[in-house]
Amino acid sequence: MELKRINDNTWEIPRSGAMKVPALIYASAKLMETIKQDQTLEQARNVACLPGIQTMSYVMPDAHQGYGFPIGGVAAFDMEEGIISPGGVGYDINCGVRVLRTDFKENDVRARRKELLAEIFKEVPAGVGKGGVTKLSRSALKDILLKGAAWAVENGYGSKEDLLRTEENGRMKEADWGPVSERAMERGISQLGTLGAGNHFLEIQKVEKIFVKDVAQAFGIDEEGQILVMVHCGSRGLGHQVASDYIKEMEDRFGIKDLPDRELVHAPVKSPLGQKYYKAMAAAVNYAFANRQMIAHWVRDIFKKVMGSSAGMRQVYDVCHNVAKVERHKVGGVEKEVCIHRKGATRSFGPGRSELPSDYRAFGQPVFIPGSMGTASYILVGTLEAEGLSFSSTAHGAGRVMSRHEAIRRFRGEQIRDDLAKRGIELQSTSWKGVAEEASAAYKDVDEVVRVSHEVGLGKLVARVVPLGVMKG
Amino acid sequence: MERYRFLQHTADAKFQAFGATLGEAFSNAALAVASVMWDWAKVARNVRLPVKVRGRDLERLLYNYLEEILYLLDTRKFLLAGVEDIRIRGKKGEYRLEANFQGDTDPARYEIFGEVKAVTYNEMRIEEKAGAACVQVVIDL
Repeated sequence: MELKRINDNTWEIPRSGAMKVPALIYASAKLMETIKQDQTLEQARNVACLPGIQTMSYVMPDAHQGYGFPIGGVAAFDMEEGIISPGGVGYDINCGVRVLRTDFKENDVRARRKELLAEIFKEVPAGVGKGGVTKLSRSALKDILLKGAAWAVENGYGSKEDLLRTEENGRMKEADWGPVSERAMERGISQLGTLGAGNHFLEIQKVEKIFVKDVAQAFGIDEEGQILVMVHCGSRGLGHQVASDYIKEMEDRFGIKDLPDRELVHAPVKSPLGQKYYKAMAAAVNYAFANRQMIAHWVRDIFKKVMGSSAGMRQVYDVCHNVAKVERHKVGGVEKEVCIHRKGATRSFGPGRSELPSDYRAFGQPVFIPGSMGTASYILVGTLEAEGLSFSSTAHGAGRVMSRHEAIRRFRGEQIRDDLAKRGIELQSTSWKGVAEEASAAYKDVDEVVRVSHEVGLGKLVARVVPLGVMKG
Repeated sequence: MERYRFLQHTADAKFQAFGATLGEAFSNAALAVASVMWDWAKVARNVRLPVKVRGRDLERLLYNYLEEILYLLDTRKFLLAGVEDIRIRGKKGEYRLEANFQGDTDPARYEIFGEVKAVTYNEMRIEEKAGAACVQVVIDL
């Protein structure tokens, strides 16, 4: 496969064979070294062959091998000739990140971080096989699938202001529970309000460095040393099942014989099956928004209990990392609706987009890029140029370089806990072996990922944050 | 005989499972999936759940069968300890699998260290020769 270096941070796989467009990879030479080692580039090329793909098959700096589409893949499809693919969204539909600001400073929290973490650990169910604390009726679940975070707010979890600071206002209105299988609902009914496990986490963080003062301030980040809370989780078993159900149903309807990879299976966007998947996916998106809304509410309650107040705990924003949406973008200079897939990528709308809350509209959308466990995370802001570079998308995390199995072999969770403790970072988890899986050495360097995002202009640096307390699911 | 072996993969878990028959390889593949989440050898065998799945080809059959582990975990809090009485029948176009899962529905008794989000088709391979079967699966973590 030909790989052309365009500049320091941009590489192209030129159009060849069945490719309808080129593939474009945003990575430094260092990141490209690891990207080359698995099937990421091949998968990006496969995506470039799909019907109706617009402009380019994009790959974000944190990319690694996925299934069908690479993780870190962004592709937009024409609404008439294009497709929608469950493999282009991923199994963890609307896996995403929410950040709350606080009025607390590092000094207020440092001495109480153990207590805070212990309370969070007690109140927010995490780990595998843990049910939620909320007994849901079937009709409540259907309501959640339709209303997302708005259902949670109606039921006393957080405020309407939170919804304004959530992608899609916390609710994809296209959602319908009808196309969500019984099996998916069965898996979801007991898991609402749970963090899950794997790479999902909840962190108490402090702002270590502010790069752009006015943007940070608009987002509610006023000074270095300020405490933030970051929640990373998704749609749990419900979303996983929706993906699996529609991979099978699309295969039954459209076949897989010309596909190099079975999870590239797709349906025309506007076909009945394409729309059915879109509605079910949107329902799973809403489930995940409700999930994070509830968890954020409990975190506020815990701060109120332990710190005496949760008054300043306004939501900065909530972003999706795995989603397909209909958005307006410029294709060949003409603005039109496209079905954009972001799989392990974050939307990064620049200033002026009507989708943004009014107080952010002059600045752009907040983008959160969590690092690996115990390392820095970043807050970025979407840019105008990202529109032309990546249909307004950037990276979503550090991106793995080592399998979880290998990480368990090499690292011990207790050792990681002790090392973090020496650096002043408290860690709680349901499993030490699970901690070893998430060792930061198993991930790419998040600093390098955000540097590329910043230099290319996919999303610009606003603040760097570091953890004080980590709850790993 | 080695039941399963994990291979190098950037992010997820990739394994091969072995058996004298396809049924045995499928059984061992289920244990490989379980091994990512808990130590199946330590899980009590006090609950028995019948599993029946279908698939138009063997890959789909394997996918649906392994997905049952995740479904039963989420809906019944069931931890797999072993697979018994596995039977694979059929031909191209319509395969069926029946088996009994043995395990426990009290997850609080065990350390659960990881989560499998989904079974995937990525790099899935199924090979059956006289006296030796091997399946390869990547699971999304």
